[in-house]
Amino acid sequence: MNQLCFPILSTLIYLPLLGAVLLLFVNRKHELFIKVFTLVFTLVEFGASLPLFFRFNERTADMQFVEKAAWFPEWGVSYFLGIDGISLLLVLLTTFLTVLCVLVSWKAIETRVKEYYITFLFLETAMIGTLCALDLILFYIFWELMLIPMYLLIGIWGGPRRIYAAIKFFLFTMVGSVLMLLAIFALYFHYARTTGINTFNVLDLYNATVPVGLQYWLFAAFALSFAIKVPMFPVHTWLPDAHTEAPTAGSVILAGVLLKMGTYGFLRFAIPLFPKAAIDAIPLISILAIIGIIYGAVVSMMQPDLKRLIAFSSVSHLGYVMLGMFAFNMQGLQGSIYQMLNHGISTGGLFLLVGMVYERRHTRMIADFGGLSASMPLFAVFFMIVTLSSIALPGTNGFVGEFLILLGAFRSVKLYGILGTVGVVLGAVYMLWMFQRVMFGEITKEENRKVKDLGGREVLILCCVVFFIVLMGVYPRMFFKKMDASVEGFLKFVKERNAYYQTMERVPTADAGRYGLSGSDAAAYPAHLTRRSIEVE
Amino acid sequence: MNIALSASDFEWILPEITVTVFGLLILLADAFRRKKTPSIAGGVLTLIGSALAFFFAMHLWGVRTDLFSGLYLIDGFGTFFKCVVLLILFMVAVISIRYTRREEIVAGEYYTLLLFAVLGMMVMVSSTSFVTIFIGLEVMSLSIYILCGLLKGQAAALESSFKYFLLGSFATAFLLYGIALVFASSGAVDIRMVRAVASSRNLGADPLFLTGMALLIVGFGFKTASVPFHMWTPDVYEGAPTPVTVFMATGVKAAAFAAFLRVFYTAFYPFIGSWSSVVWLIAVLTMCVGNITALAQNNIKRLLAYSSIAHAGYILVAFVTGDKILSSSILYYLLAYTFMNLGAFTVVILLGRKGEAHEDIDSYAGLAGRHPFVSLCMTIFLLSLTGIPPLAGFTGKFYIFSDAIKGQYYWLAVIGVLNSAVAAYYYLRVLMYMYFKEPVKELGAVDMSPAYVVVMLVSVGALFYLGMFPRDVVMLAERSVALFQ
Repeated sequence: MNQLCFPILSTLIYLPLLGAVLLLFVNRKHELFIKVFTLVFTLVEFGASLPLFFRFNERTADMQFVEKAAWFPEWGVSYFLGIDGISLLLVLLTTFLTVLCVLVSWKAIETRVKEYYITFLFLETAMIGTLCALDLILFYIFWELMLIPMYLLIGIWGGPRRIYAAIKFFLFTMVGSVLMLLAIFALYFHYARTTGINTFNVLDLYNATVPVGLQYWLFAAFALSFAIKVPMFPVHTWLPDAHTEAPTAGSVILAGVLLKMGTYGFLRFAIPLFPKAAIDAIPLISILAIIGIIYGAVVSMMQPDLKRLIAFSSVSHLGYVMLGMFAFNMQGLQGSIYQMLNHGISTGGLFLLVGMVYERRHTRMIADFGGLSASMPLFAVFFMIVTLSSIALPGTNGFVGEFLILLGAFRSVKLYGILGTVGVVLGAVYMLWMFQRVMFGEITKEENRKVKDLGGREVLILCCVVFFIVLMGVYPRMFFKKMDASVEGFLKFVKERNAYYQTMERVPTADAGRYGLSGSDAAAYPAHLTRRSIEVE
Repeated sequence: MNIALSASDFEWILPEITVTVFGLLILLADAFRRKKTPSIAGGVLTLIGSALAFFFAMHLWGVRTDLFSGLYLIDGFGTFFKCVVLLILFMVAVISIRYTRREEIVAGEYYTLLLFAVLGMMVMVSSTSFVTIFIGLEVMSLSIYILCGLLKGQAAALESSFKYFLLGSFATAFLLYGIALVFASSGAVDIRMVRAVASSRNLGADPLFLTGMALLIVGFGFKTASVPFHMWTPDVYEGAPTPVTVFMATGVKAAAFAAFLRVFYTAFYPFIGSWSSVVWLIAVLTMCVGNITALAQNNIKRLLAYSSIAHAGYILVAFVTGDKILSSSILYYLLAYTFMNLGAFTVVILLGRKGEAHEDIDSYAGLAGRHPFVSLCMTIFLLSLTGIPPLAGFTGKFYIFSDAIKGQYYWLAVIGVLNSAVAAYYYLRVLMYMYFKEPVKELGAVDMSPAYVVVMLVSVGALFYLGMFPRDVVMLAERSVALFQ
């Protein structure tokens, strides 16, 4: 269904690409023009994405703004786009953050300005494409395309260890995604064998009946790919390096959007395609998420570098997202999606702030600061608000998300909820301690005395961030009502499919033997795993 | 054996005749040339000849006929490869026009040898008899041996030529011995006959026959640069004149794979169980050794040489999966691979200097800042080699590995894709030098001759086209394979 008689999603995907191509022909000397041009393009893009929000039909869990065209009909590859309540908000977050990123790069990027903005626009195309694609191959193409611009952003405009960080980022993601590609093929051929239809259309594949033994393998491949992107403990090690070395705007996009691709991938692909495996994986994923929450928080506490601290805090925050998602109830899931947005805004905001102070002092070491609130009062106010949002103070967006996640986790398995709460306390510890060391106390370094406070452009950027922190904190209904129907539909679907697989499992099918899993193996699985019923609202 | 030469048969081998005639023409023209300076006459004649032959070859689509008492077969499979090698010849000739001037290769036989090598390839891909296959292979190989050593003053070129010749002779001997053993046990040299005889007499357990098959794998393995018969590749690729390297990496490989495929899927198809596990192992070794060794290379030609070994491994994956689903992925992949290599090697030539200087990776440091266009093209070639969508390299890998999954070779597919992740490292390393590093040495002006630019642009265009709209070519490849068997 497309309520606008206009291919809005394609427009959103290719508009930045058009901008990038046009920029190729601009002389690199006209730096100001390039910046203004990019800003206009991203603003138009943001403006063009707003109709999605206002024309979105809140009452249906179906895909909306759908576009579909055959691409390689013999293989079942199609050009198939659409969004639902889950991806809608992420698309908006992407277009919003990109505008901020362009603004924040205004002065920070001095070398190869033209290439920088081209890369950035290209990245936006890939990100929006990934969020809108409903054909597995189309999704994979955009998913891989995201890698290149990010690799270049880190590698060209990054810090001293940028090359190491860029290559590590690329290789980690690549290993995960190639295995996912194989899983896509396996699913595709399985579907073709059982139904005789060749298709990569994910909505059709949702209805595939995948034997449980195969499901575990395929879920593992998808989950590994997404877990690397999220990143979940123990495959998170690329993140601190990438974040630390990336330029400010790169970090913002990385934290704000790219990490969400992992969690989004779970919601759109890994879980609904392999519901039985996903539900059986609850203990594993939840425990890894909790380890991530606590480990991220503890490691953050010890970081001397501001960016590294925020990077590890991301590991912790994304742990909450995964914990909420795998609670498989309404609160947990909504909290999880909400937390994705929050993390984009708060952590994005933190990176912006660190970037601003770095431009002035050319250091990010906490030890080099102290007493900044005296010389930069305005900065201190914004920093305070964003920090409080990051530690989930009531009234900020972070509170809504974390509260719902913990509620969901608590309702699912009490222990997970309790352990998750420990992370909240630790989160407050590392953030507030960092804030105290940077902002308060005596000014120990002379340079900190003369630091200029924020300028107009920076205040504008931060006002946007704070606006959303408050809006999402006090009026979450505005966003929840967009995703209610989709989340409900998602849960209902997963629950039904899981029940279906459970009934199917009692009669081991002939299929199980084909995948190297003997009948007894397949039958052995449910014995201990299906006993625990999954509570779904 | 009674061989009848029917005059009407000749109309089907017009591409071969054209190539031969033009080869001889160039040789003749060269004899009457007084001034021994590089001229473009040979290049132009080659271009005309290959274009004409291509035109004739295009007329062979959809034709399937036996020629010369079953020695030769015109079918979609052969025609596909004929078109591919002629395309390669055309592109290589375009590059060579400029290259021969820079390296002062005077000899007219340069182009003649290229044409003769292509003749050999065309014979190889269309033959149905072991004898003709062998003749084609030798025509091709002998031409290449000489081409490798054409840069007379250089020790590396000499080493390259000599090494290739010596090792190539051994490989040929293996191949010939294999043919002899197969003949001894089955009494036939026609591959279709071998198949019929072998299945009726159940030669699958005959040690003579099996040894023959093994020796044939060795022979073809050498020509396709598969591990463990790959030792010559890096040295030869590095020492040979770069256009010849391109020619070897694309044309020779394509032709060798075509013959390999035809022989094994015709003559030895009934015994696929006994050889597919061997090829499985060779595929895994080829991918792993190629990729892992490439990680440590600092010379760009050597790097591309190892990468081409690794790519042979991917193609072998498709070869193995053929037992369950005879796949056209090999054809598609070879075509995609041709353009990636053509492009990448053209950039190497373009940045090179007389005497093959500037081939180490350091020369690429900071390239993006000074030659944005060249680096953009190189980026596309390298990303395609890595297998990043929407380029042809991705679609090719997509095709091969999806077939591996379809044929339920799960482990082979997993090893394959992990290898392509390893490969990402060394391709990215070149990118990293181009974009992230500061220049370490002065390259001077780059020769942006139209000869190079055209080839680069065509390759870029082909990679995008094949990658985004693979349908036409895939359908063509599938039809080609459907006729085969």
